[in-house]
Amino acid sequence: MFSRGLPFDTGRRRFVQGLALGGAAAALGLRSGRALATPSTNAMPELSGTEFHLEIGEIPVNFTGAPRVATVINGSLPGPILRWREGTEVTLRVTNRLRVQTSLHWHGIVLPADMDGVPGFSFPGIAPGETFVYRFPVRQSGTYWYHSHSKFQEQTGVFAPLIIDPAGPDPLRSDREHVVMLNDWTDKDPDLIYATLKRQSDFFNFAQPTAPQFFHDVANMGLQNALAKRRMWNTMRMMPTDLSDVSGATYTYLMNGASPATNWTGLFRPGERVRLRFINGSASTLFDVRIPGLKLTVVAADGQAVEPVDVDEFRIATAETYDVIVQPDADRAFTIFAQSMDRTGFARGTLAPRAGMEAEVPRVDARPWLSMVDMMGAMGVGMDMGGMSHGHGGNMHHDSPMADMPMPHDAMQGMQHGDLAGMDHAGIDQAAMNHGAMPGMQHGNGTAMPTVHHARTEYGYTTDMRVDMPRTNLDDPGVGLRNNGWRVLTYADLHTLGGSLYNTPPQREIELHLTGNMERFVWSFDGQKYSDAKPVHFRYGERLRIVLVNDTMMTHPIHLHGMWSEVESPDGEFQVRKHTVNVQPAQRVTYLVTADARGHWAYHCHLLYHMEAGMFREVVVA
Amino acid sequence: MNTSRHNHAIAAAALYWTLIAASAAAEPGSVSSGTPQPPADGPPAVAQPEETMHDMGSMDMSSMQGGRAPADARDPDYSDGQSMSPMPGMAESMDDDTRFGKLLFDQFEYVHGDNANGLAVDAQAYYGSDTDKLWLKLDGERTGGRLGETRTEALWAHATSAFWDTQLGVRHDFGDGPGRNWAAFGVQGLSPYWFDVEATAYVGQSGRTALRLEAEYDLLLTQKLIVTPDIEINAYGKRDPARQIGSGLSNVELGVRLRYEIARQFAPYVGFDWNRRVGGTADLVRTAGEPAFDHQIVAGIRFWF
Repeated sequence: MFSRGLPFDTGRRRFVQGLALGGAAAALGLRSGRALATPSTNAMPELSGTEFHLEIGEIPVNFTGAPRVATVINGSLPGPILRWREGTEVTLRVTNRLRVQTSLHWHGIVLPADMDGVPGFSFPGIAPGETFVYRFPVRQSGTYWYHSHSKFQEQTGVFAPLIIDPAGPDPLRSDREHVVMLNDWTDKDPDLIYATLKRQSDFFNFAQPTAPQFFHDVANMGLQNALAKRRMWNTMRMMPTDLSDVSGATYTYLMNGASPATNWTGLFRPGERVRLRFINGSASTLFDVRIPGLKLTVVAADGQAVEPVDVDEFRIATAETYDVIVQPDADRAFTIFAQSMDRTGFARGTLAPRAGMEAEVPRVDARPWLSMVDMMGAMGVGMDMGGMSHGHGGNMHHDSPMADMPMPHDAMQGMQHGDLAGMDHAGIDQAAMNHGAMPGMQHGNGTAMPTVHHARTEYGYTTDMRVDMPRTNLDDPGVGLRNNGWRVLTYADLHTLGGSLYNTPPQREIELHLTGNMERFVWSFDGQKYSDAKPVHFRYGERLRIVLVNDTMMTHPIHLHGMWSEVESPDGEFQVRKHTVNVQPAQRVTYLVTADARGHWAYHCHLLYHMEAGMFREVVVA
Repeated sequence: MNTSRHNHAIAAAALYWTLIAASAAAEPGSVSSGTPQPPADGPPAVAQPEETMHDMGSMDMSSMQGGRAPADARDPDYSDGQSMSPMPGMAESMDDDTRFGKLLFDQFEYVHGDNANGLAVDAQAYYGSDTDKLWLKLDGERTGGRLGETRTEALWAHATSAFWDTQLGVRHDFGDGPGRNWAAFGVQGLSPYWFDVEATAYVGQSGRTALRLEAEYDLLLTQKLIVTPDIEINAYGKRDPARQIGSGLSNVELGVRLRYEIARQFAPYVGFDWNRRVGGTADLVRTAGEPAFDHQIVAGIRFWF
């Protein structure tokens, strides 16, 4: 199922890459006076201080050749960078110039519930023509973002970067910094996209298995293997290429509001340490980011400083942020390449010593199939041959991208067990061979296999599959990034500096399963849509362990408002502090939460269409 | 019309299905009944690719889908009696309980038959929530200037499992003889291996009963060029000579259509239909001077909103 690159025709290329002179810039003369320039340099408007006035309204835009209307903050897409300082109190007057309700949510910010900006929970939303005043103390620093929490306004442009400088000197030393905000623009009305997904959930997937591919596989791997490769998918009615609900078939991927053709450019002087603040402000897209020619030193995740880790590539889930230091020594341009997880397009920008320079733009990688570990968790380990490396050796290098597929002999022979750092891979091999004896089994590292508890509401129409033995390892970069020849970031690489903020053991555990029905396009927790569920109660002051089990084959970035999610390693050690925890297919992830913020809080998948479809809970801290 | 290309497509579809069926038949027992394996701390095993492939194919996934909740299944209620926020505004932000509708003309076609030409329609529409929908169905044709057997249904569909809806409602037949009314009970959904299936039982006036089975499959030649074989089987509990229906198995209809999706929602197609009337129905049809076996070349448009 590998098509190398994308065969674009001219019209398609323009659609995917956008108009060179397009974008929000064409309309910006109205408000900000931003120059119409191509390539666009870092002209994102920035507002700093403690008093802000923001207006949410409509502007005409043109990203693809078709004029459209975007909903934006202060007349730009993305909205203005807000720059706060830790230890101050900020006041934000937000005026609604739309004809419908709006809101602004400060993503990842610890604040009083009535300032959180979720209509129906903490405030009634901002009605047309009204101004709402947000005022709260700033008690953290780092890279965040803010966005509307009303209907599909995130998709149509109500999102922007939020940077908080530390109260003292910034320990993350850099000579220069750029915000790199990614999003997915569509010319379609998101209400229509949602309705379309309800009517035909694979509408935007143009990489479905075909009969000629089957015959190709028969020729290459024999009839039995070709059938085996498909049997489970067909039996379960699951789509092995269902990597995202909405694809490049309708999305144009933007970097700081610029299409690939417009080529947003950030400047540097050779030798400088450049801090790039990556923010995924998309509605429904996970991006895989590389800067060919540069080592990426990841120094913060979700605004929280981490022990620096050098990588070639990282996946940024919707709503996550990563701060990355690069040090380009050469007097040349470098491409910032952010391809969508489903490989149907990319956002692209350039780091260059001077405006107008360009570097080679890589081809989009081949589109992978989901593997057995994505379908069956620990039960699938080893079943795809390369499964051991999938699950437990994120850094392994393979020559062939085929190693990610559930089949070939040579991938098996080509495996490099030596890279399985610290793992008792003998045990894993056995695990792979020993399905019948799985329930009582031990992991290679000695941790007992966790027991999952499916909710009684997971047996109805909302839930198309359940995973009985999820994988728990965090060192898997995820589908499409395994064994791709690059050093790819995983959650196992992230260690928040200073450790946990709380360091108290959990008193209680709440298990929630991420559930869905891809065919019906229904998404939920524990098989219950938001409107069918009761709130989740956190007792004020308690320390809780949240256990998330992903009973779907999609990747879900789960965001808890108002409180930190302190992710644990598989053996229960503190790993990383986040506001958005990306849970891979058939994976079990646990994190600790201290319920120190009273009120009603939103808790949801940050893929907008999953959230709107019901993958959402109200959390009550009382 | 390019018949040889079409025959290729049919041959490919037939081969594909045969292979799938053969592999399903050859599927060995589930893994859970397999022989015990060496302990986990044993020496590293060298996986034989063939064996692993074999395991993969025979893995028992039955516990992963459907079924009933065990008695000790987890309670999803973590509310401790806490209630939802009384704050207004959520209705304008969430969308998980919205109703949607769809109108699908699966077949809207010109029919070139052995005896007569005409138009045929197979259309379905629904409106409703994730759980409950009103379905309307229309399947009929007008050939040689007269309305043929035409079936209309109005059904309440209820989502009972991940891939299946139950359907309950009424059916009215007209054209080709006196009209008939039926109560309808059935299931509609997606079977393993991606077959769209409808199975409906009917109870009519004067002790009439009927059964209708329909299955359809999309075979992708490319992302846009799609072969769709379909089969429909009708059976009746009682003779109805006025509508040329005998008791027992009445007819088997096979079709294959090759469509090109210019857009997802708009696809012209060409195809063949074979309709074989059998048993008492065939006798009645022959008595009326018509052939029991009918084939048609069709060309039409599949579209939906």
